[in-house]
Amino acid sequence: MTALLEVRDLSKDYPARDGKGVVRAVSNVSLALEAGQTLGVVGESGCGKSTLARLIMRLIEPRSGEILFKGQNLVSLSAPDLRRRRRDIQMVFQDPYASLDPRMNVAAIISEPLDIHGIGSRAERKAKVLELLDLVGLDRSAAAKYPHEFSGGQRQRIGIARAIALEPKLVVLDEPVSALDVSIQSQILNLLIDLKKRLGLTYIFISHDLSVVEHVSDDVAVMYLGQIVEYGKAAQVLHAPLHPYSQALVSAIPEIDTQKKKQRIVLTGDPPNPENIPPGCPFHPRCPHVMAICRQIPPELQVTQDRRAACHLYREGPGGH
Amino acid sequence: MTPGPLLSVEGLSVAFNTEQGRVRVVEDLSFQLAAGETLGLVGESGCGKSVTAQTIMRLLPSPPSHIEAGRIMFEGEDLAAAPASRMRKIRGDRIGMVFQEPMTSLNPTQRIGQQVAEVLRLHRGMNSSEAKGLAISVLKKAGIGNAERRFDQYPHELSGGLRQRVMIAMAIVCGPRLLIADEPTTALDVTIQAQIIELLKAVQKDLGLSILLITHDLGVVAEMCRNVVIMYAGRVVERGPTNETFQFPRHPYTAGLINSSPRNARKGERLPTIPGLVPPPGMRSRGCSFADRCPRVLEKCRSEFPPLAPLPGRLVACWNPAP
Repeated sequence: MTALLEVRDLSKDYPARDGKGVVRAVSNVSLALEAGQTLGVVGESGCGKSTLARLIMRLIEPRSGEILFKGQNLVSLSAPDLRRRRRDIQMVFQDPYASLDPRMNVAAIISEPLDIHGIGSRAERKAKVLELLDLVGLDRSAAAKYPHEFSGGQRQRIGIARAIALEPKLVVLDEPVSALDVSIQSQILNLLIDLKKRLGLTYIFISHDLSVVEHVSDDVAVMYLGQIVEYGKAAQVLHAPLHPYSQALVSAIPEIDTQKKKQRIVLTGDPPNPENIPPGCPFHPRCPHVMAICRQIPPELQVTQDRRAACHLYREGPGGH
Repeated sequence: MTPGPLLSVEGLSVAFNTEQGRVRVVEDLSFQLAAGETLGLVGESGCGKSVTAQTIMRLLPSPPSHIEAGRIMFEGEDLAAAPASRMRKIRGDRIGMVFQEPMTSLNPTQRIGQQVAEVLRLHRGMNSSEAKGLAISVLKKAGIGNAERRFDQYPHELSGGLRQRVMIAMAIVCGPRLLIADEPTTALDVTIQAQIIELLKAVQKDLGLSILLITHDLGVVAEMCRNVVIMYAGRVVERGPTNETFQFPRHPYTAGLINSSPRNARKGERLPTIPGLVPPPGMRSRGCSFADRCPRVLEKCRSEFPPLAPLPGRLVACWNPAP
């Protein structure tokens, strides 16, 4: 079975603030996603997860690498071909307050992608908007209203309706529930789970919230300073992480259930600065297991215990430390 | 004689003047905080938890805000009735504060060490070299490495986690009895959040502080607080020891909050939800504000507000609490 999406050695640099160096926002990221699956991407601020989303959307140009969608490389597509391809890949953003045009009514927001791609007659588009409102659980009267008349959760439903209007194959969700209160968060997660089943969608779900990611994802990639440090089945990566960074990340989540108390690994030092990536393993200055080799040689992502991890602790393969 | 609580909020109601007239955002709020204890004040956006914190500190300008009823007893003194000059003495000295966004609470044009030292000059009348020495030692206590060099840096030169450490240093430099922390870790990444939680616990132990922790994160409360107050639409709906309250919630809203977290759910399945939205202030009914969203609603709930009443080991404002 070929993957719906395959990313190979994708990298993106930005010029640093000092005008001299470069910020390596994403380096040599490779991943694959089959149709109907959800890939969770986790990591902290500055790890490159949102840059990765924007690269996959082709909103920004990669420095190098390939993005294969149904085997076709999106990086080398001509502009008209890319535009056609975009119908299949849509995005939902974190902030439902900033991502909807306040001067457009909801009908116009949801039908805009249909207008741009010239889909259907006017009447058909109007009918489609109502159908989409039903689908995301909003009242049909919402069509004539403006974004400011809605709460955060309702706005996120509008953003989701817009994203699925073109019946995409892949939806990239960038922190889709992070700005919402817990009780609203669960409503939106349910909607995403329902829509995925009904419409046969494939998701890339980006979040810093591991419990949310675990709930929705089949596979999980953990990113640190622009690189994937661990990648595998969600249950394995989030319950028995191998990479010391994933271990610290998982242990840092405060548990509601105080019976489940776990040993916390408190990392020393600040979050890393992507303008100044340390040599060797990017995690070595904060790593509790750092070895001499880690300061010099960057570890490669390699297969270890049913998943891939980029860590010298596992360099001799399974059970190799 | 047993000492009374350090902080006792009694029947506090706070209202704002708005275009729609005067609107109550906090109603009949009561809780106690013992010396050396950490109390969690939990709820979602708009439940009144931050207004409560700011009212205790008397930081809200009046008008538009008004304390309509109630007392805020702190060390035998009613802060609700204290004049502004008295509050200026208490804030930063007896009561320290830490806010969510350290970037907006620190002065961007002043070196961080000077900001910490200023608190000492103001409240302790220290000269600048005394204040500097003590400020550096408190910065160290707040886990800021290389404090002598950091003393001369500006807020923008520090990461979010370090800025929050500076805020904590400022809050504890005078040795307060009470620390009010309003979402102190919400803007931080989880690994940094873990560092700040550990720091707050250490500082509390070290200084014998009481902490009033305001947050929407039930996990942070479970880690830090022995007791918890759950707020909904301006009122307390449940109060009790954190462990029991989270394990066996009695108020349907508390249960809904805990169950809707994906931590407890079966993977990939629909999550239990609380349908609907929080009613905005001014649109709240005579009855229980949660009635329209409640799975256990009774006829009575819509007409009469349930008072906060004792159940075993708990106070619950509900006509039909979960068994």
